[in-house]
Parts: sequence; C-alpha cells; structure tokens
Amino acid sequence: MKSNLSKQILASILCIVCGFVVGLIVMLFITITNENLDFSNFLLGIRYLFSGPFSSSSLVTIKRNLGNMIFYIVPLIMTGLSVALAYKTGLFNIGAAGQFLMGSMGSLLVALNIDCSDNRGLGILVWLLAIIVGLICGALWGAIPGIFKAFFDINEVVVCIMTNWIAANIVTWVFSTQSHLINIPEGKSAYLIKTGGLGTFTPTFGLDKLLPNSYIDGGIFIAILIAAFIFVIMSKTKFGFELKACGANKSAARYAGMNEKKNIVFAMAIAGALSAIGGSLYYLNSGIELQYGSVYANLPDYGFNGIPAALLANCDPIGVIFSATFLRYISASGSRLQLAGFNSYIAAVISSVIIYFSGFSRLFLELLSKKKKKDEVLVINDIDVGEKDKIPINDENKEGEK
Amino acid sequence: MENLILILQKTLIYAIPLLIVALGGVFAERSGVINLALEGEMIFGAFIGAIFVYLLQKNEIWLEKPQLTFIFALIISATSGALYSLLLSLSAIKLKADQTIGGTALNMLAPAIVNTFGLVFFLQEKINMPYTFRGYAIINTELPGFLRIFFDKAYISTYIIIAVFIILSIWLYKSRVGTHLRSCGEHPQAADSVGINVKGMRYLGTTISGALAGLGGYAYIATVANGTAEATIGGMGFLALAIMIFGNWSPVGIVVGALMFGFLKCIGAVSSSIDFFANIGLPSYFYNIIPYVVVLIVLVLFRKKSGCPKAEGIPYDKGQR
Repeated sequence: MKSNLSKQILASILCIVCGFVVGLIVMLFITITNENLDFSNFLLGIRYLFSGPFSSSSLVTIKRNLGNMIFYIVPLIMTGLSVALAYKTGLFNIGAAGQFLMGSMGSLLVALNIDCSDNRGLGILVWLLAIIVGLICGALWGAIPGIFKAFFDINEVVVCIMTNWIAANIVTWVFSTQSHLINIPEGKSAYLIKTGGLGTFTPTFGLDKLLPNSYIDGGIFIAILIAAFIFVIMSKTKFGFELKACGANKSAARYAGMNEKKNIVFAMAIAGALSAIGGSLYYLNSGIELQYGSVYANLPDYGFNGIPAALLANCDPIGVIFSATFLRYISASGSRLQLAGFNSYIAAVISSVIIYFSGFSRLFLELLSKKKKKDEVLVINDIDVGEKDKIPINDENKEGEK
Repeated sequence: MENLILILQKTLIYAIPLLIVALGGVFAERSGVINLALEGEMIFGAFIGAIFVYLLQKNEIWLEKPQLTFIFALIISATSGALYSLLLSLSAIKLKADQTIGGTALNMLAPAIVNTFGLVFFLQEKINMPYTFRGYAIINTELPGFLRIFFDKAYISTYIIIAVFIILSIWLYKSRVGTHLRSCGEHPQAADSVGINVKGMRYLGTTISGALAGLGGYAYIATVANGTAEATIGGMGFLALAIMIFGNWSPVGIVVGALMFGFLKCIGAVSSSIDFFANIGLPSYFYNIIPYVVVLIVLVLFRKKSGCPKAEGIPYDKGQR
C-alpha cells in the first residue's frame, strides 16, 4: 500500500515535470523569436518560474507576494472541494461559479449593510452571520441542479450552466439596486465598498503582521479546516459512504437501500455551500471589492478553476489543499515572469499541460509498476510463471482505487 | 413587424454558432467521447482563423475578395479546431485517460495559448479583424417580409453552416459510417464484435467535433463578437454543450433549442430599444435571465427518456466484451 502511494506521488511528479518541460519549450521559442530577449532572459525566466512568490530580492516583496498567494489559494480550495465532493457522488459540478457568486452576494449583503467600524467584536459576529448567510444562499443555489437531477432526471451539467448565468445576472441586478453600497467616493464605477472600512472583514489572526501589505487573512485556516471536515465526512461517516456508493453505482446504491435522490440533492447542496464559502471568504477580505457591474457578463474564474484543482487532486479533499496551493504557486510565478520579459500567461500554459498529463497519471503508474514487476520477474526467473499473467491493467486499477 | 424581423435576423446570427458547435458535441458524444473541450476548441480555432485573416491583410492578398477570405478563414478555423481536438482524442481514446480531465485541460490551454502568443506576436491579448473581411454577403433591404431574415444582412457563414449542419446530420443518421459511429457510443463491444473499428470511429467523431467547434468559433467572433478574437468566447462552448443536452443529443432537438435560446437572448438584448418592453420598466438583467429560465422550464415540462449515448465517457476496453 505504501509503495502504491509513493508510486502515485512519483506519477504526479512526472506530470509536473512534463508541464514544466512544455513551459520551458514555449519560453525558449519566445526567446528565439523575440529580438529583445536573449539567453540571459531565458535563464532569469527559469529562475522566476520555479521560485514563485519567493523570486524577489527584497524580503518585503517576498512577504507581500507570499501573503497574496496564500489568500488566493482560499477560494480555489473551496471551489475545488465543491467540485471534488460532487464528483465523488457521480455529479459534475460545473456550476461552482454561480454558487460562488450567490455566496458572495449573500455575505456582502449582510456584511456591507451593518456598519461595525467602531465595534470590532460585533463586527466579527456580523462576519460570522455573513458567512452563514452566504453558505445558505450557496447551498440553496447548489441544490437546484441536484433537485433537477434527482426528481426530473435532467443532466446536472445543463442545469449548472443555466444557473451560473442566472446567478450572474441576479448579482448585478441586486447590487445595482443597492446604491448605498456602491463605491462612489473613490471615483470608481460599478464597484462595491470594501468590508475593511466597516469592521466586518475576515479575522486575520495576526497573519497580516506576519506577511504585511498583502491580502492574507484567516480564511486559509478556515479553508483547511473545512477540507479536513469534508475528508472526515467522506471517509469516516455513513453519509459519506452513501455519497460515494451513489457515485460508484447508483443502481447498486438504491438496491442496498440508500435513498439516492436524497443523496444527490444533499451532495449538490453541500457542494454549493462549499463554493459559496469560497466566494464569501474572498469578498469579505478587508481589501477586496466586488466589481458588480461586470459580473452579469463574466463568470468568476474561481468557479471553473475549481475543476482542475479537484481533478489534479484526484478529488481527494486533503489533496485539494495541495493542488490549489500548487496551481496558485505557478500563477504567482507567472506574474513574476513579466519581469524577465516574458508574459504571465506562460504559467497558465504550464498548469493546463500539467492537468492534461494528470489525465494519464494512471498510465504513468502502470508504466512504473510494469517496470518494477518486470524486474521482479527477472529475479524470480521463471519460478512462478503464473505471476506474470496476473499483471494486467485491471488489477492495477483496482489497487489504485483502494 | 420591423422589430420582429430585426430580432429574427439577430436570432439567426446568434443561433448559428451555437447550432454547429452543439452538433459538434453530438458527433463526439455519439461516438462515445465526452467533448468538454468545445469551448477551448472554439477559442483556438477562431484565433488561428483570425491570424490567417491578419496575415492576408498584412501581405495585401485578396483585399478585394472579402467573402473568399471569410470562406477560407472558416476552413482554416475548422482545420485548426480539428487538429486541436486530436489532443483530446490522444488522451481520451489512445491513452484512455479521464475525458473530463482532458477536456478541462484543453479548455484551460486554449486561452493560455491565445494570450501568450497574442502578446508575443501582436502585443495584445486579442486580434481585431476589420469589418471588410467579415461583412455581409447579401444586403437586400427591399425584400418583402420574412424573406429578409435569410436573404438580407446575412453572413456567408450562415449559409455555409446551415449546409454543413444539414449534410452532416443526414450523414450521421443515414449513412453506413454514421450508423457505425453512433453504435460506438451506445455499445462499443457489440460494434467491435461485428468488425467496426471502435477507436477509429471515436477518432472520427471527436475530430469532426473539433472541426465544427472551430467553424462555430470563427463564425461567432466574425459575426456576434464584432471581429475580435480573444481568450474568451463568452461561455458559448459550454452553452452549446447545454443546448446539445437540451436537444437530447439529436440534430432536430438542437435546432429547436438553439433557435429558442437565441430568440429569447435577442429579445433580452434589444429589450431596452423596443417601446413595449421599455414601458414595463424591468431592468435588462430580467430579460437576460429569461432564456436560461425558459430552458430549465422546458426541460422539466418536455422531459423524456434521455437520449444520452450509453457508453459515453467510458474508454473502450476490448477485455470487457
């Protein structure tokens, strides 16, 4: 079992190496075709690419970049968990963007309407209330595709895509009627005010002192706790087992006496709540403002980026923490790449290639184990011929699924 | 009356890319591969098509033949969409990877490529095509009534895509190869047992799917998006996926879905300029929501046995025969 885990990690590393190789090829190509760049830019680019937020020479910048990176991980963990939980139940939650928005809306309506600027204690209570309201909004919104799937047998993908755009329009509509929440003094149009001035922002637990000038707040602790909570639910409780059973084989789950309709609705509601908390934690930060005016035409990236975060982690709740961190680390590298004369989108090329290769991580696994088995067979040397025939692919797959 | 004709003209323009990309989805899924990458294929195909137009314009080739440029750009876009989809085929069919992962990766890769190489070669994340290269093929303001929907202010892409849609739909259902292709999405083991090359059929289905997505992508940027090729296509690929499911994986259903959705979408877009809607006083967001809500309602009211191909998403394993 242990060697299986190490093989899986090795396979993941292989995927990552492939991604970076492609990224380096792209960078080399750009270096050659662009006369303003030379080989020293290429070397600098490589340095920036691997060092992520740590690539600056000044400690102040490193701390700021690191803090921002950690803050941006939070919504990605949440939408990743949302997609992962639905996936385990056999549902493809492509509606994380809408749930994310509904959660943001619910939370902001609470947090921005109550001014606690002179009483931080009350502000934290309002913040908690805001999170809960956002969570409920997201859960109800996420339950819609679940209800359609469970009771009308309508594919969740189509309902998720529709509800995404409905949510986006609702958010812009609702905030366009809330003129007192709009940030006019700073001369911006279509932006909401920040929670920072109202005292209803996410507690920072001193992290802002540790990594000053960044967006970092306590959201990262909350996200990790929730990931652990989902891990426990999925692997240690009867409910989690039912969800997984439902995902593995719906008919078998029903035959075993599980209420698969209830499970589908609950799974989608929880998935919705998770995405919603992601949105809430993102916008309840003291320095983040929602540009409500453009929401109706652009779904937030976090909704869709949850899909690769979940898939890269093989839909394991704890793994999502690491995959989200990894994806944000590469993005942080990307924004540094500009300083070397490249553009930040190379990071997106790299992460998408890594996701692409992660699809064959099973193949890598097979290759790794085949090679090993071959060695074993050589040592045993025809003593047990039957063993050789037992190697086929299916066996390996079952091992992987345990 | 004048307004209605205007709305119907817009509806057609909006529905055309949706229609052909959704048919692309049908080809992939009927052969047994979930093509989540429609969005990425649209973006990639449209971008390459726009580069082609840019190069022609820069080298002053065919300047006096804008419609010919349009047709060739459509062909180039379709070809590059097909080539891009080979990445999906490679992972989903040859290497038996999870098709959701492959599709998601391609959806991420296409905007990344457009942004990266757009910045490198054009110093911006998008390419703008001048109007002359994507203008109307026919202008007939004199035509009576509803004939104008099809023969006035119409793009050449509209006629090409309608023709391709009809031919490919008939081919998928009436030809020998089309029937073989569909059988691979329903029961690949049975198809294999009668000598059909399952993997070959799946390659064919996915490649046609990519070509149609590329075609629709270029039609979209040239008509609906006013000639701007960039890293986003406004969720049209996912919308096409939704229309495909809405149309129950059948061409006729897709036509109904795309036209209905397009019509409602266009009403929303023009709601502020039509007195009747302006007098009601609801904000445009209300009309924006209507098409999505109606799709959900129609799905519930007219739900029937799902036409979803039974073997879609499952890599073909000969051993399970």
